[in-house]
Amino acid sequence: MSLTLETLAKAFTGLMPEKPVPEPVPDTPEAKDSAADAPAKDEAPAEPPAPVPPFFEQVDFNLRGFHLDATVLPDQVVPVASLLDEHGFAIDAVTGVDWIAEEQMEVVYDFFHPTEPWRVAARTRIPRAQPEIQTISEVFPGANWHERETHDFFGIRFLGHPDLSPFLLPEDADYHPLLKDFEA
Amino acid sequence: MSLTEDPIRLLLFLACTMAFVGFNAAYLVWVERKGAGRFQRRPGPTEVGPAGLLQPVADAVKLMSKQLIVPPGADAILFRLAPIMVMAPALMCFVPIPFGETLAGRDINLGLVMIFAFGSFNVMAIMLGGWASRNKYAIISAARIVSQNVAYEIPMLLVVITLIMVTGTMDMNEIVRQQEGWFWNWNIFQLGANPLMPVTFLIFFICMLAETNRAPFDMAEAESELVAGAFTEYSGMGFGLFFMGEYAHIVIGCSLGTVLFFGGWQSPFGALSGVPWFLLKMYTLCFIVIWIRWTFPRTQFYGLLNLSWKILIPVSLGTLILTSIMLKVF
Amino acid sequence: MNKPKLDLVPTGPPAAPGENETFVLNLGPQHPATHGVLRVKLTMDGEFVVRAEPVPGYIHRMHEKMGENRTLPQFLPNTSRIDYLSAMHYTHAFTGVVERAMGIEVTPRCEYIRVITSELNRISSHLVWFGAFLLDLGGFTPLLYAFDDREQILDLLEGLTGARLTYCYYQIGGLYNDVDDAFLDGTREFVSYMRPRLDMYRKLVTDNIILRKRLIGIGVISQEMCRKYGAVGPVMRGSGVAYDVRRAEPYSAYPEFDFDIPVYDEGDSMARYMVRMEEMEQSLRIIEQALDKLPDGEVNVKVPRVIKVPPGDYCYAVEAARGRFTVRLVSNGKPIPYRLKLRTPSFTNLSLYEEASQGMMLADALALMGSLDLVIPDIDR
Repeated sequence: MSLTLETLAKAFTGLMPEKPVPEPVPDTPEAKDSAADAPAKDEAPAEPPAPVPPFFEQVDFNLRGFHLDATVLPDQVVPVASLLDEHGFAIDAVTGVDWIAEEQMEVVYDFFHPTEPWRVAARTRIPRAQPEIQTISEVFPGANWHERETHDFFGIRFLGHPDLSPFLLPEDADYHPLLKDFEA
Repeated sequence: MSLTEDPIRLLLFLACTMAFVGFNAAYLVWVERKGAGRFQRRPGPTEVGPAGLLQPVADAVKLMSKQLIVPPGADAILFRLAPIMVMAPALMCFVPIPFGETLAGRDINLGLVMIFAFGSFNVMAIMLGGWASRNKYAIISAARIVSQNVAYEIPMLLVVITLIMVTGTMDMNEIVRQQEGWFWNWNIFQLGANPLMPVTFLIFFICMLAETNRAPFDMAEAESELVAGAFTEYSGMGFGLFFMGEYAHIVIGCSLGTVLFFGGWQSPFGALSGVPWFLLKMYTLCFIVIWIRWTFPRTQFYGLLNLSWKILIPVSLGTLILTSIMLKVF
Repeated sequence: MNKPKLDLVPTGPPAAPGENETFVLNLGPQHPATHGVLRVKLTMDGEFVVRAEPVPGYIHRMHEKMGENRTLPQFLPNTSRIDYLSAMHYTHAFTGVVERAMGIEVTPRCEYIRVITSELNRISSHLVWFGAFLLDLGGFTPLLYAFDDREQILDLLEGLTGARLTYCYYQIGGLYNDVDDAFLDGTREFVSYMRPRLDMYRKLVTDNIILRKRLIGIGVISQEMCRKYGAVGPVMRGSGVAYDVRRAEPYSAYPEFDFDIPVYDEGDSMARYMVRMEEMEQSLRIIEQALDKLPDGEVNVKVPRVIKVPPGDYCYAVEAARGRFTVRLVSNGKPIPYRLKLRTPSFTNLSLYEEASQGMMLADALALMGSLDLVIPDIDR
């Protein structure tokens, strides 16, 4: 039985709501003004924003390169991984992004399916001052090495990980190079 | 045999043997490197001397000029003894081999036994070298060599016993004399006595490859796994002696093959026998040994041992029994 | 293929550390069998591997940080050096992600030429793997035969791009220069030269009894293990999963070509070997079709002078010689990327080595490692 995108989306609704597609703004002068009032996208807020409620959305593959994008809370990471494991996905990569202006770090999980053409990306935000998140290496042993590398580069601690010693960096490294405030 | 004649003759023979072994070690290497080059679509050594003929000389000078490093934890006596133990018995093995009708060190009744006795020193020497080096790679290699050589001595000896039953003598010159005449008198074609004689030769050849640690049975020095195996810690002439010993053993093995199966110094046409025929046959076998090395990949270690214990030993026992039946009944 | 006679293949019980006398053998960074600087800490019980722990990082150059310090076009030379043996594929992924994010559509001629050069690169990469793998197994000669064939590809690509190994031929929006007749004729000649050579390799090497005994039944990797570890490429296809990015997420001009995806179910080293040998054959097919159908026209499209990607994150995946290579680009609208993640196939392919090699003998463990086709700079980046 092949896995359709609808089945996958329905499975996700068990964990989080689907983001409704925003209504297209009608092309009237009043609407244009109100759109201009909205804050600019790349303007950084002063304090770390409140945690975004989790949602998933189906995105355009030809633009983004994946089909499903899920924004989750840090403690939903393992359930999402388990859900995808049940549906037969494989781990593609686990990586981090340092949003220094927002005082947050984003951990992005990429999954691909060996027999269906679906690609899923799950992302979560954790506070930069205390970057800790549960490991998914029990669900996907392959994530072990990815998380070790992410720890090397960002200092994100994966709770429950068997061995977070430096992986690609020298054994005595105590710095994290991909942080935006890293001085060589 | 007067007092002055015999020792002089023996000394002369020893000197010539050492020269022969040295020459072989050097120029068989040249043949191997040129051959390897040609098999691999490249020229091989061409720089030193015409067609690279002085390359072995250059290599020898290089090896002799290198510092003899002894690793700190190594067993002082055994580490230095091992290379000597490879070369000295190899030289002894040349004594009974008949190069020509009158060209042999000593006509010894138990020539074959002597060769096998001294030939087994090879195993012990390499094992000692590997063990005395105090290097994990060397020890693994030494362990592999011991199992491999023990496993392959047995079919080799069984095969040789088969042959002794056919020829009735262990004197190597006598064996060659029995094969005079046209080439169908050679032992390999004596199907009347042993219908499986070519199989016997094949087993002998395989065992000879394994005894001398040549590919595809070169687990000991499996270069891409164990770096240089038992010889990892040897530098300069220590390594050079191991190397020379390996080629000396190849020459011994091929000489044995020639004498036992292909008529030694007998010519294939019944006339004009002599040393050149012996050398021709021996070097052809050496060339085949070199050819095989550059063609086949290496077996796994248990594949090697399985081949010996599960296939070669039963087959050689079978040919032994078959030969004895044939000799007794017919 | 023969069913492996498993009773001849001993697998010792993996001893718990401290139970038997185990010793640690360091397959150090410099070793003939690890192609590149990879260190593997082997805990051995005699000849059996109890635990094999790969320690990468000896050639870690931090390409991802370099991606944050360069503009997008300036990063193009880096892409060739991540996995130098399949440089074209990696540049393709990088230009692909930028083109996808900016909505640039390249011309058909450019796509076809990208496919031709990528497939030539795949063949040359597989030839290196073939030679080096057989060198590991003790067969010294096929390496030089394979390199002889590879020289022809390298000469063709050198005439086209100027580089023998680390090509930087694709640019964002097209190619640096168009192909000329010399390249097209030379490629056609190469295709007709290579087919009989592959046949010769089959007779000389693949059908060799010693090689078959060395590979059949050795290093079996199950489908489930591939999925859990994210192993891709010939490793996954050798375990029975027909996953190829060219079919799963079709990109460039691949949908227009007719080619097979070789899949073998056994999951042993022989299966992975056969997958790669057949992939070379299929690459020749693709090249032939692309040469026949090569459209005319321009190769470059107009792109803005300063390349800026709209904010957001984007992915692009290609089927490199070793498997699935993904570039994930996170941009904040500036010409310099905010984050550039490179997901490389050798990294995940090696991650299953620790579990897969338990209880194997040393020679078999090294055969397994060779059959994974690792390029260490690919692991370390």
